[in-house]
Amino acid sequence: MPIKREITEKLVQKLFMFIAMASITILFLIMIFIFNEGFPIFKTVSINEFIFGHYWYPTSEPSDFGIFTLIAASVLVTGFSAVLSIPLGVMTAIYLAEIATKKVSEIAKPVVELLAALPSVVIGFFGMVVVAPFLQEVFKIPTGLNLFNAALMLAFMSIPTICSISEDALHSVPVALKEASMALGATHLETILRVILPASISGISTAVILGMSRAIGETMVVLMVAGGAAALPESIFDPVRPMPASIASEIAEAPVGGEHYHALFAIGVVLFIFTFFFNVVADHIAYKYKQIGEASL
Amino acid sequence: MGLPSKVISKNLNFFYGDFQALHDICLDVCEHQVTALIGPSGCGKSTFLRCLNRMNDLIPLTRVEGKIMLDGQDIYSSIQDVVMLRRRVGMVFQKPNPFPKSIFDNVAYGLVVNGLRNKAHIAQRVEESLKQAALWEEVKDRLSASALGLSGGQQQRLCIARALAVKPEVVLMDEPASALDPIATQKIEELIHSLKEIYTIIIVTHNMQQAARVSDKTAFFYIGKLIEVGDTNTLFTKPKLKQTEDYITGRFG
Amino acid sequence: MADSTLNKSLKKKTSSKKFDIKTDLNADGNVFGLQRRKLNQFFAFSLFRVATVINGIALFIIIYFMVTRGWRAITWTFLTQAPTDSMTKGGIFPCIIGTFYLSMGAILITMPIGIISAVYLNEYARPGRILRLIRLGINNLAGVPSVVFGLFGMAFFVVTLKMGVSLLAGALTLGVMSLPVVIGATEEALKAVPDTYREASLGLGATRWQTIRKVVLPCALPGILTGAILALSRAAGETAPIMFTGAVFFTPCTPASIFDEVMALPYHIYVLATAGTEIEATRHLQYGTALVLIGLVLGMNLIAIIYRSRLRSRMN
Repeated sequence: MPIKREITEKLVQKLFMFIAMASITILFLIMIFIFNEGFPIFKTVSINEFIFGHYWYPTSEPSDFGIFTLIAASVLVTGFSAVLSIPLGVMTAIYLAEIATKKVSEIAKPVVELLAALPSVVIGFFGMVVVAPFLQEVFKIPTGLNLFNAALMLAFMSIPTICSISEDALHSVPVALKEASMALGATHLETILRVILPASISGISTAVILGMSRAIGETMVVLMVAGGAAALPESIFDPVRPMPASIASEIAEAPVGGEHYHALFAIGVVLFIFTFFFNVVADHIAYKYKQIGEASL
Repeated sequence: MGLPSKVISKNLNFFYGDFQALHDICLDVCEHQVTALIGPSGCGKSTFLRCLNRMNDLIPLTRVEGKIMLDGQDIYSSIQDVVMLRRRVGMVFQKPNPFPKSIFDNVAYGLVVNGLRNKAHIAQRVEESLKQAALWEEVKDRLSASALGLSGGQQQRLCIARALAVKPEVVLMDEPASALDPIATQKIEELIHSLKEIYTIIIVTHNMQQAARVSDKTAFFYIGKLIEVGDTNTLFTKPKLKQTEDYITGRFG
Repeated sequence: MADSTLNKSLKKKTSSKKFDIKTDLNADGNVFGLQRRKLNQFFAFSLFRVATVINGIALFIIIYFMVTRGWRAITWTFLTQAPTDSMTKGGIFPCIIGTFYLSMGAILITMPIGIISAVYLNEYARPGRILRLIRLGINNLAGVPSVVFGLFGMAFFVVTLKMGVSLLAGALTLGVMSLPVVIGATEEALKAVPDTYREASLGLGATRWQTIRKVVLPCALPGILTGAILALSRAAGETAPIMFTGAVFFTPCTPASIFDEVMALPYHIYVLATAGTEIEATRHLQYGTALVLIGLVLGMNLIAIIYRSRLRSRMN
């Protein structure tokens, strides 16, 4: 009956809208809760002291809530991991998108995906029990749990992100451009460097930013292998304490509603702002510099 | 005809995987002539054209048998360098495909990748090529503007200028005017006519009037076979074969 | 002829140039230039290949160490018994069950909400600025660190809703974390359904809901399922969101209700490796647990990858 059908149609649409709104609300609740639980710390310390303070002694009396060393650790670990993950990730993407034969890429792509799927706790564990003793032995350093190890492990966590998004970007460069370049007597490498990479640069930038966003927010790896010292590192082999590691290791001991508890949520806010910033920049690049497609007639 | 052969195809077979797209093609292309390849869609004329600069190498699972001689040398032989070949055999594609770069950089591209570093020489050659492609007057004041801002017809002439810049000996054109309006098409046709004294041109078209207007010699392809080839005037007025006649008179297609 | 004079002048002009195309361009006369370009290409491509191989080696080394050092720990007892002697002996059965409950719970909560939200956003909502903002928000939340989801779960489910550290709070936190992923994967699957299908169905007089139920969803189902498997495997492998909300160091038995605390594989690895009293003595148990987790997660991923590649080849 058409009447019944129309009622169903209306009901379904209303119900779906309600559920969609509910899920969006839940997602926005996250921001509200993190901010709400984080802000009370600023009754104790100013934002300035919090961000730029060098001393993080949340449990001593009187306590210090300066997270500069934690931010610096996060930025350094992410930066060093990017030095490794960007070239490796982009080069792998180029290999898979342009050079590999179909058979090779059918094997290599799942390998990259499986690398992405490895649980972070396993990578952290691997860094602790395999890489750390190895580094200690080779470089004759007091501990293998340090900035370098963490950056290395994080690099392998962000390579798959960088690689797969870059590969999509490279694939969406029109074949016509590649053919035009090859037909002019450019080698395949010249075509890649001068035509394909420039045409897909927005996608690759997005990939790089999202990869770094993943690295800066990663918790288990830095919790297990970064060493945990809340001090500014003097060398790449010094232990550090990035923001996620602080949150994860201290929240269990922080009494709910106390200053320490709020301070940890405030670190969560800082972390959130970092990744939010990365994501907005990535989205902006992807939206503004849309991939250059076929010539418009 | 006293003109020497520039490109000779000998018993060329071409396969996409198990599918044979070209059967035993034998065709002589004379120097400084325009040779048109005509035939219905899917007859293999574009595939054949793309064999001449080994563009089909880029498509996986394709295979070539037979020979294509350029100045007497087999381009599919192991000593032939494909990069060098494509420098000598330029190509213009069906849809204009300028690079997302400036007008100048588009034309200079082939020169730069081929190792020309002298800025003045590059500029000189870019100007010459744009003039040859009858685009100079329209773009000389905005050489650094993006090529994507040009109209379709201008883009296609830019692509021609780009192909000419590296001084190819043969220019392959794959339905260069099929995506353009009549006025732009006319310009391209005039251009083709004026270029043949310098270059050897092979053009694929599904427009028979165009073939008749621009070419000296016409080859008719049908389902992967070369059916008939001859002087354009003769082929269009007195075709030897019934199939050719049916096609050019529009009885099928 | 006018044409030929034009051409002659062109020809004359190009031949009176100051450089010689044959030798200046390194394709023909200048063979060394061409060799150099080929050599560059060879080196660069080798470099790209090496980069790819490094990824494979990394995966191989990690799995190699886990397998060679962990397989001896994996026995029937290990898989079916609870830990004994203050975690230095016994098995990981409660962790396997806990991880199963947590990830299945998360996915059961998320799938319906996520799929319906994606259907609404993709099929009903009007495109425009608001929709773009909502998508931006969802994308952003997909990139929010898992530890932040953990904080949220703790503040909202554990403290505000008074669920305490429990299976329910842990599953809900993982569910919220998976929500943007599920919405994203579903939207992608829905976008892959050609509009002509929708138009054909609507054109036959079907309502929008009938079109979605009979045409769009069946077409998108395989893509949605692949996304679901991947979300499930991610939920199973996550540690940070559950360490404050659902997982505990030790419970002697498997959970009896959704308000009980649970043990979980990833957290178990972390605890044994960092906080136990006998870290060295339980090394083989740590490797064994890691191997079980890897097997579980990579197994699910492999299923999703194979499923998807079958799907793609069928579509082609």
